[in-house]
Amino acid sequence: MTAKQIIGGWILGAALTAAAAAMAAAKDTPMPVSEAAVLDGRLVRNLSEFGFFANARAQVPNVDVTAYRLNTPLYSDGAEKLRFLYLPAGTVAAAQGEGLLSLPVGAALIKTFAFGAGDQRRLIETRVLLHRADGWTALPYRWNDQQTEAVLAVAGARIAVVTPQGQEISYRIPNKNQCKECHGLNGEVVPIGPKARNLSHDWLGGMIAAGKLDAMPDHAAQLPLWEAQAQASPKAAARAYLDVNCAHCHQPGATASNSGLDLRWEQHDRQALGIGKRPVAAGRGSGGHLFDIVPGKPEESILVHRMNNLDPGVAMPELGKSTIDDEGVIVVERWIEGL
Amino acid sequence: MTKMNAACVPALLLALVAQPAWAKVTEIVAGVGAEERLQEALILAEPGDEIVLGAGRFDLSDGLSLDVDSVTVRGAGMDASVLDFTDQQGAGEGLLVTSDFVTLRDFALENPKGDGIKSKGADAIVYHRIRVTWTNGPDAGNGAYGIYPVESTGVLIDGAKVSGASDAGIYVGQSRAITIRNSIAEANVAGIEIENSRDALVEGNVVTRNTGGILVFDLPDLPVMGGGNVILRNNLVVANDEPNFAPPGNIVAGVRRGTGILVMANDGVLVEGNILSDNPTAHVMVVAYTQAYDDERYNPYPRNVVVRENMFGRGGDDPQLEGKEGLLAAFGGALPPVMWDGLAEGETGLTVVPGVAGWSLNLPAVGKGFDGAQPAPLAVPAPTYSFAADSVGAPAELEARLNR
Repeated sequence: MTAKQIIGGWILGAALTAAAAAMAAAKDTPMPVSEAAVLDGRLVRNLSEFGFFANARAQVPNVDVTAYRLNTPLYSDGAEKLRFLYLPAGTVAAAQGEGLLSLPVGAALIKTFAFGAGDQRRLIETRVLLHRADGWTALPYRWNDQQTEAVLAVAGARIAVVTPQGQEISYRIPNKNQCKECHGLNGEVVPIGPKARNLSHDWLGGMIAAGKLDAMPDHAAQLPLWEAQAQASPKAAARAYLDVNCAHCHQPGATASNSGLDLRWEQHDRQALGIGKRPVAAGRGSGGHLFDIVPGKPEESILVHRMNNLDPGVAMPELGKSTIDDEGVIVVERWIEGL
Repeated sequence: MTKMNAACVPALLLALVAQPAWAKVTEIVAGVGAEERLQEALILAEPGDEIVLGAGRFDLSDGLSLDVDSVTVRGAGMDASVLDFTDQQGAGEGLLVTSDFVTLRDFALENPKGDGIKSKGADAIVYHRIRVTWTNGPDAGNGAYGIYPVESTGVLIDGAKVSGASDAGIYVGQSRAITIRNSIAEANVAGIEIENSRDALVEGNVVTRNTGGILVFDLPDLPVMGGGNVILRNNLVVANDEPNFAPPGNIVAGVRRGTGILVMANDGVLVEGNILSDNPTAHVMVVAYTQAYDDERYNPYPRNVVVRENMFGRGGDDPQLEGKEGLLAAFGGALPPVMWDGLAEGETGLTVVPGVAGWSLNLPAVGKGFDGAQPAPLAVPAPTYSFAADSVGAPAELEARLNR
C-alpha cells in the first residue's frame, strides 16, 4: 500500500467519522462544546463537562471538533491515540510556516489513549490542552472502568494494560506537572503535535476549505508518514522520530535544555544533535559510552542505549512510555549507521 | 521557571514577602495512598502554602514534582520523614522542582533511580537539612546527582547530607549566586561539584570518602558557560579515597581517586582555610580542560586560581597517576599538596601564598593528556588577584528562610 493510499484511506475514515458526528448531532442535537469549561480557570472535574464528544465512548467528535493525525507520532507504548482539535465556531487557526498552527484562545487539543481493538477497545485516558486567556493548561483525565466518564487525575495514575505486542505493563497516566515537563517551553505550556510539517497536506487543505485555517502553511519538507518510513530516507525518518519523541525536552528553553542536546528537525549543527557530543548529566545513563552519537556505531551511542533501556534513570524519554519502541530504535540505528 | 539575572533577585524577593494571608498548611501522613495525596498536594498548592510530611516512610513508584512558586515542603527531620524510591518505576529523578522561591527542608530521599532532587530554572531555592542516600553505598548503578540545582539564580544548600551518588552528591550547574555550607558529602564519586556556575561559596562542609572531594569545573558545549568567582573556604576535605565508580562517559569518571579539591578551567577560584588530609593523589589539583572540544566560546584554561593558607595533612602519598613510583621517589615519598598541570594563559593561571608547596606537570599543550610532562616543583607568583567576599553566595533572603 502506498503512502498516498494510506492517507486517502485515513482521510476517508475521518470524513465518515465527521459524517457520523453530524448525523448524531442532527438526531440527538447534543449540547455544543462548553466554551466556559475550556476558558475559565477551574480544574474541570469530568471530561464530559467540556462536551468535546458527541459520543465519547466511540470517540465521535462534537460539532467544531475535528479529528487529525500526525505523520510521525510520539511513541506511547503502542497505544491507539485519537487526536482532536476544537476550534470555537467562527474562529480560525493561523499557519506559521512549518511550525505549530497558531490556535486562538478558546481552542483545545484533545488526545485519547486506548488499548485493544474493536469491541475490546478500552479507553485509558484523555489528555486535554486548553487555550485559556492566560495561556495553555494541560489536564489528564482517567477513564472509569465502565467507560462512561473520564475524571481529572491531577496526580496521575498507574494502570495495568496489555500492549499490542502482548506485553503486560504498568501504564503511567502523567500527573498535571508531568504534562508540563514535555509541554513546557520558555516557562509556558505549549502544544507539541500540530506542527504544519507533521500534518498532511490533505488535512490542512480540508481545514482551509472548512474555513478553519487561514492559509496553506508555507514550508519545504513534510515529516514522513511513520507507517511508510521504510520508503523515506534514513535521515528523514530518524530526524522526524527524534523531533517528535525527544525534541520537546531536548531543545533550548525546554526541560532538558541544560543537556545542550537539541534534537529538533530544524537543527543542523552536528554537535547540538549529539554527534561527537559528550554527555553532561547522564550519570549511569551513559552506559559506559563516551558520546551521544558515534557516527557509524549505534551500539556505542548513548542515545540508542537510553532508547533501548527501561530502567528509570536510564530510559529515554523519561516520561510517557513503559516499553521500548523497537521500531524507533531501528530507525535511529539505521541513521547512525549511515552517518 | 522564570529566567532572571542576579539584578532581578531583589525585586522578585519583594514579591515573596507579599505572601497571601490565607496560606494554608497541608499535612501528608505516611501510609496508604500517601503518594497520590502528596503529589496532589504539590500540584494544588498555592503560593505561600506549606506541605508538611509526617514522620515515617513514603513508598513512591513515580517521581514527584513541584511547579508552584513560594511553596515550602517540610518534613519531621532528615531521619524521620523518608521518601523511599527503592521501587520507583518512572521519571528521571525523585523530586523535580521547576518553580521559584521554594524551600525544601527536614526530609530525606532514599534510592532514587535517577537523580535525587533536581531543581531546574528554580530561582531562590533553599535546601535545608535534606538527606539523599543510596543505601547500598558506592555503586555505579546508583543515580547520578543527589541534590541537583541547575539553571537557577539563588541557591542555598545548608545542613544537607548526601551519600552514594554515582556522579556528584551535591551538584550545582549553570547557575549563579550559590551557597553550599554545613553539609556532608560522603562516598560519592564527587562530593560537591560546581559546574559552569558563578558566584559560589562552598563553606564549612565535611567532604569525605568520595573519589574527589570538591570539584569546580567549567565545560564546553553547554548553554551556560563562563564559570568562576568561586570561594572554597573552611571545608574539611578528608580521606577522599573511594575508587571511582562513575559510569564511563561522564566527566567525573576521569577524576582520580584521592583528589581533595579539583579546579578545571574557570575564572577566579579561591581555596582558603580548608583542612585537607589523607587525600592520596592530591589535596588541591588545578588543571586545564583535558579533552578535545569545538566551541569558540570556551576557555579551557584555569585563570586566577588562588591557593591561600590551608592546613595540609598527610596526602599525595599514593597518587593514582602514571609514573607514580618515580614521582614519589623524586618528591621524597609524597607529592606536595598542590598539583598543577602547568597550563595557563600567561601568568594568570595559578598563584599561591608563600609557604604553599606544590608541583607542576609542566605540560606543553592543552588536551594532550600527560604527553610531554616534565614534573618539577611548583614555581608560581604570590597572589595579587582579590576576591570580594560579598560577591559570592546566595542572597540574604534565602538565609532568612532558614529560621521560619
